[in-house]
Amino acid sequence: MPKRHDIRTILLIGSGPIVIGQACEFDYSGTQACKALREEGYRIVLINSNPATIMTDPELADRTYIEPITVDSIEQIIQREQPDALLPTMGGQTALNAAVALAEQGILKKYGVQLIGASYESIRKAENREEFKKAMARIGLRTPASAIARSRDEALRAMDEIGFPAIIRPSFTLGGTGGNIAYNREEYESFTEWGLSASPVGEILIERSIIGWKEFELEVMRDTKDNAVIVCSIENVDPMGIHTGDSITVAPAQTLTDKEYQVMRDASLRIMREIGVDTGGSNIQFGVNPADGNMVVIEMNPRVSRSSALASKATGFPIAKIAAKLAVGYTLDEIPNDITRVTKASFEPSIDYVVVKIPRFAFEKFPQTDPTLTTQMKSVGEVMAIGRTFKESLQKAIRSLEVDRYGFEPHPSLGEGEPEETVAQIRERIRRPDAERLWHLADGLRMGISVEELYGLTKIDPWFLNQMKDLLAVEDQLAREKHPLAPERLREVKALGFSDRRLGDLLQVSEADIRKSRLKAGVVPAFKRVDTCGAEFQARTPYLYSTYETECESRPEGRQKVMILGGGPNRIGQGIEFDYCCVHAALALRDMGYETIMVNCNPETVSTDYDTSDRLYFEPLTEEDVLSIVETERLAGDLLGVVVQFGGQTPLKLALPLEKAGVPILGTSPDAIDRAEDRERFKALLEKLDLKQPASGTARSVKEATAIAAAITYPVMVRPSYVLGGRAMEIIYDEKSLQAYIGKAIKASVKHPVLIDKYLEDAIEIDVDALSDGTQVVIGGIMEHIEEAGVHSGDSACSLPPYSLSPALVDEIRRQAVALARELRVIGLMNIQFAIRDGIVYVLEVNPRASRTVPFVSKAIGVPLAKLAMQAMMGRTLAQIGFTTERTPAHVSVKEAVFPFNKFPNTDVLLGPEMRSTGEVMGIADDFGSAFLKSQAGAGSPLPMAGRVFLSVKDKDKQATVALVRRFLFLGFTVEATRGTAGYLAQHGVVVDVVNKVMEGRPHIVDHIKNGEVHLVINTVGDKASQLDSASLRRAALVQNVPYQTTMAGARATLMGIEAGLKRKLTVKPLQEYYA
Amino acid sequence: MGAVKPAILALADGTVFTGTALGAFGETAGEVVFNTALSGYQEILTDPSYRGQMVTMTYPHIGNYGVNPEDIESTQPWLAGFIVKEACPYPSNWRSRQSLDDYLRSHGIVGIQGIDTRALTTHLRDHGSQQGVISHVDLDPKRVVRKAKDAPSIIGRDLVKEVTCAETYKWTESSGVWAVTSEGTVKPSVGAGGAPAGGAPSRFRVVAFDFGIKYNILRRLVDEGYDVTVVPASTTADDTLALNPDGVFLSNGPGDPEAVPYAIDAVRALLGKKPLFGICLGHQIMGLALGLQTYKLKFGHHGANHPVMDLDTKKVEITSQNHNFAVRGGASAAASQAAPWTTSYGPVQLTHRSLNDDAVEGMRCLDLPAYSVQYHPEASPGPHDAGYLFHRFTDLMAKGMS
Repeated sequence: MPKRHDIRTILLIGSGPIVIGQACEFDYSGTQACKALREEGYRIVLINSNPATIMTDPELADRTYIEPITVDSIEQIIQREQPDALLPTMGGQTALNAAVALAEQGILKKYGVQLIGASYESIRKAENREEFKKAMARIGLRTPASAIARSRDEALRAMDEIGFPAIIRPSFTLGGTGGNIAYNREEYESFTEWGLSASPVGEILIERSIIGWKEFELEVMRDTKDNAVIVCSIENVDPMGIHTGDSITVAPAQTLTDKEYQVMRDASLRIMREIGVDTGGSNIQFGVNPADGNMVVIEMNPRVSRSSALASKATGFPIAKIAAKLAVGYTLDEIPNDITRVTKASFEPSIDYVVVKIPRFAFEKFPQTDPTLTTQMKSVGEVMAIGRTFKESLQKAIRSLEVDRYGFEPHPSLGEGEPEETVAQIRERIRRPDAERLWHLADGLRMGISVEELYGLTKIDPWFLNQMKDLLAVEDQLAREKHPLAPERLREVKALGFSDRRLGDLLQVSEADIRKSRLKAGVVPAFKRVDTCGAEFQARTPYLYSTYETECESRPEGRQKVMILGGGPNRIGQGIEFDYCCVHAALALRDMGYETIMVNCNPETVSTDYDTSDRLYFEPLTEEDVLSIVETERLAGDLLGVVVQFGGQTPLKLALPLEKAGVPILGTSPDAIDRAEDRERFKALLEKLDLKQPASGTARSVKEATAIAAAITYPVMVRPSYVLGGRAMEIIYDEKSLQAYIGKAIKASVKHPVLIDKYLEDAIEIDVDALSDGTQVVIGGIMEHIEEAGVHSGDSACSLPPYSLSPALVDEIRRQAVALARELRVIGLMNIQFAIRDGIVYVLEVNPRASRTVPFVSKAIGVPLAKLAMQAMMGRTLAQIGFTTERTPAHVSVKEAVFPFNKFPNTDVLLGPEMRSTGEVMGIADDFGSAFLKSQAGAGSPLPMAGRVFLSVKDKDKQATVALVRRFLFLGFTVEATRGTAGYLAQHGVVVDVVNKVMEGRPHIVDHIKNGEVHLVINTVGDKASQLDSASLRRAALVQNVPYQTTMAGARATLMGIEAGLKRKLTVKPLQEYYA
Repeated sequence: MGAVKPAILALADGTVFTGTALGAFGETAGEVVFNTALSGYQEILTDPSYRGQMVTMTYPHIGNYGVNPEDIESTQPWLAGFIVKEACPYPSNWRSRQSLDDYLRSHGIVGIQGIDTRALTTHLRDHGSQQGVISHVDLDPKRVVRKAKDAPSIIGRDLVKEVTCAETYKWTESSGVWAVTSEGTVKPSVGAGGAPAGGAPSRFRVVAFDFGIKYNILRRLVDEGYDVTVVPASTTADDTLALNPDGVFLSNGPGDPEAVPYAIDAVRALLGKKPLFGICLGHQIMGLALGLQTYKLKFGHHGANHPVMDLDTKKVEITSQNHNFAVRGGASAAASQAAPWTTSYGPVQLTHRSLNDDAVEGMRCLDLPAYSVQYHPEASPGPHDAGYLFHRFTDLMAKGMS
């Protein structure tokens, strides 16, 4: 069927900020959808609140709205743009929920907008668990025993029927939020309560747990003619009981006979038809009893998903792109297969390699949280590896993770103590699955625990355990072999996926020694192509992976080329923003006529779309793997250099080793990078330029530390020197706390000293992104943080342009930024963090590379900074590029951070020097207040326009509350405060209600929050003790989704937002109009 | 990972791969082909259509779920050799009884593993399938290449006589636990392996020609409610008609259809007398009987992901395929044309077309009750999308009776 001509304008909803369970895979799918639909001549209107996305680049849609994804703003967009259709399946659960709300409120009908891709009925059927179970029963498929409850009483009534263990899951959430396994009545009660409050519709599903069963997923596509194909099967290494997003998974399924697989395939097609997914892709999850093959349906997602992104990368079949084409009426047989070009999309990919996905966690950021893996997703990113065998793929995936593991390194405690005790410890570790389970299993095998026993402890299929056992047996042999290995032996172990680094460990030589002997023996990887068809047809797309086989298919081309190193797995502190920059680098290079080569291992990204670059290497970002690619690409053409500026710390760490290996690094020199990163050299640099930085010192003992702190005066900011990205950073107010901290830090690593900086209290923090060609420097944007310095820059909200600084101060910042860029001879992008206190500007940090804020700034000023930076790195001057003056937009852009606190019980939401946000949203408006208001709505906590404000602040902040509370009262809010705060206010003539602190008796503030009587929480705290006292009220605000601010600066911005909201209704406006 | 013995695979064009021995110790010759199915190796091993061929599995891990007593398509493996990247020594599945290596060994099948099967596949794709030799005994590449060159071609060889049954027999087993009803649902479990059919009394008597028939075809015929009699490939038309069938089924089988003239004669005599349904070799034999031509494909179609369009409904089905030869549709390049081909039996309509290469995948006589498909609606291994073709046989016989 040809495409539909009765629709012209299509509205696409993105997935909003990156959160756990909904990450950049939806930028990948949304971007594909935009491209695919525009290619067909449709007019695309897009809404997404997340500026760090490729899909919100103004070139990708006809109208791009960076607005909160709320019914209100979407309705306004519909009013303005009059779309004929809405495609809700590309933006994850967020888009699906928005579409359901629009349909239920009659908005779609009112404006004559039809849903394409998935109908309202099919979304309901798939998403509402009760209806889904009924639907499955109608087609003869089984689901685990279950019940729906909408109250505690209903939940208790269901308990006996379902029995234990029971899984408790809230309806309509993402990433299994609130999904927990209860083994007894007490847990049951507490989890049902949590689930009821976590569900946006106050509904939970209670289900008999089939924990320990095998878990499989099928990715299905269907078109309007009822043609349906399975794109990929995925087998979870971790059994049921661990969220699939947290599971190690493998494609294709390994342990199903064809008979069993076909039963699953038939079931999937039946489900597609019954649910009524007429066009597009769905993900269906199955549980299989390992003892008898009994199969149950777990759930289906009638949309593209994290798994569909993985399946697309795993097979070369672009699910989102094809789903978009199906949504406008094409059928599978009409869509060409891009990779073979001669065949069509109506087939089922066959692959001749093994794909392993391993999730990446961030538990170190949330030390109060139990790191056990459960049905609630907690991982923040993932890596994928491709190898010809499971062993090779698994070991490649491990080193892709960037957790300082290059194979199955033993636990440091192994070999100490009695073997029996060690084995008992390992058993305990294995019993409770956590992020380290692979290595625990390896230790277990090492210590002689049998595969049968490990299976009993984990229910991980023996097939996978036996594969690991083989690898450990080889490790054991290697430990008794001598370097250098015979070439055949070396080739054999390299084919098992062993890294040079791990081989070095085992043979007790350096990685460089292994590398040398390997190259001498001619043992180098071959590169194979991902071709969707198991080599049956020729692949036209150079989508490559390395393996130790005989025939290499890389066939490098004789062009001038540039290699871009990506950012690896998403983690807190290094996320989608860096992928955005890498993609822009590729686009800029392509425009300039260079061949682009992308290297990355993150399946969620746009950078790993085979369309983004001319050549894609899906490979770990380690020195060994990158050098292998460099050597292969150098066989033909002219490799001009490697780009390390855009992918965050990951590629930056490779700059020096690559330079040493004779690979040109494009842009700012690695020496300049070192000058900015090395503490002593940086100090010298600032002195040379006569710029200030907070007083600081380096301590190797408690004594040194106390002396330094006394000299520079408290409070001080301390951190161990061996971690980056704000980890383990703390602000310390007195000597006693300092001693405790230093004691711990030095115990953790004697080799690494502790860095101590003067903490500038109540200073304003400023972020600057600048662009330079080595001579001229142009400011991209100056952002004023809303939270004070000391809150990690990634966690604070910010405004562009600054909203409270004098023009003279802004000029001074500009002057310093330019001086720094010139001195470092930056070519490309640079980010500087300043602090301002008492009118004095301090330099906190300089990063001569693309920063997290580049996409935000680019969207705010309407200039694609990363693209221009890439041009500068290729030798163009800013004059040639046409970017010679700073843009000062007339509108205000506010960035707000989004946090995963709801996934990590017991975590305090207070902001600090440790970054914990996973994503960001942007609000754009004509004034600061409105932009801030939008940013809060976009972040999922819309500010109240009326109601009750709760206030409890530390002494230092009390003075500032007087004016604030007056204003709230004037605006018609009622205010309640804890005794101390209320007393202070009363003394200053402001009367507010008094409410008990939690320990003062009931009813207390947490009761008020839970009862929905409080609509805004302002709570600032000082020392550790008062933090603990008030943690439960912040937690309650989080759980009840009551907006809260934990800094006075945040509270003031909130007030400005509310004032703006009361003055005029928020309106929407596309980027294209802002830039016009 | 027991003792590793070296092995060699040599192709007639001189290409050599060295790996390690798999299965029975020895040496074997055959036409080397590749199959892209991700699962179903046990069905492939026991599919008699692979007689005379050595099958390369493109998926690297084979043997993961072991070998069970149920997923067989005939009494034994018939193929000449088996080529994999890695045979799994520790299978994992609730039905597994044996490892792949043990199974191959117990049936005397010689194989090789540890070679770059993707390199082999691209070679076969680019240069065509050809004769090859796997040897565990002779590791001299030159000599083994020579043997491969000398190995008999598959063209013109009657391989059917090596795999067909010796005597006529009745088949009564249905698909049982793995059955797929017309709606595609799974019947309630009655235990592993397929219990005998119960249910409705047979409406139609069907004689099935065994050119190397797969069990699952027979099960699917029983699922349709037929009384099934299996006859040897050499059965004449008269002997067939003497059984008084309501319809005659022509099975799959190995090799070159032109090498079984006796079957072509029988079919020619049956055309128009009884409703006919052919699959795979049965389809090619029907084509030759109708006066059409067959030809050898460059590397054949072997896999479980082949898209075929049903030209009546314009729907695409994902099919299981295993063929080296194909029927030429009327004038050579006209395969995809809608116009019927003229034969002495009246017009023949192309009904199914490969979306990969436009090969003829199905046809129907417009004046006679006869139709056939090149691919495998019985699946096993592979998708069940084409199961409706068995119902068409029922319809055709019902029409013949009315």
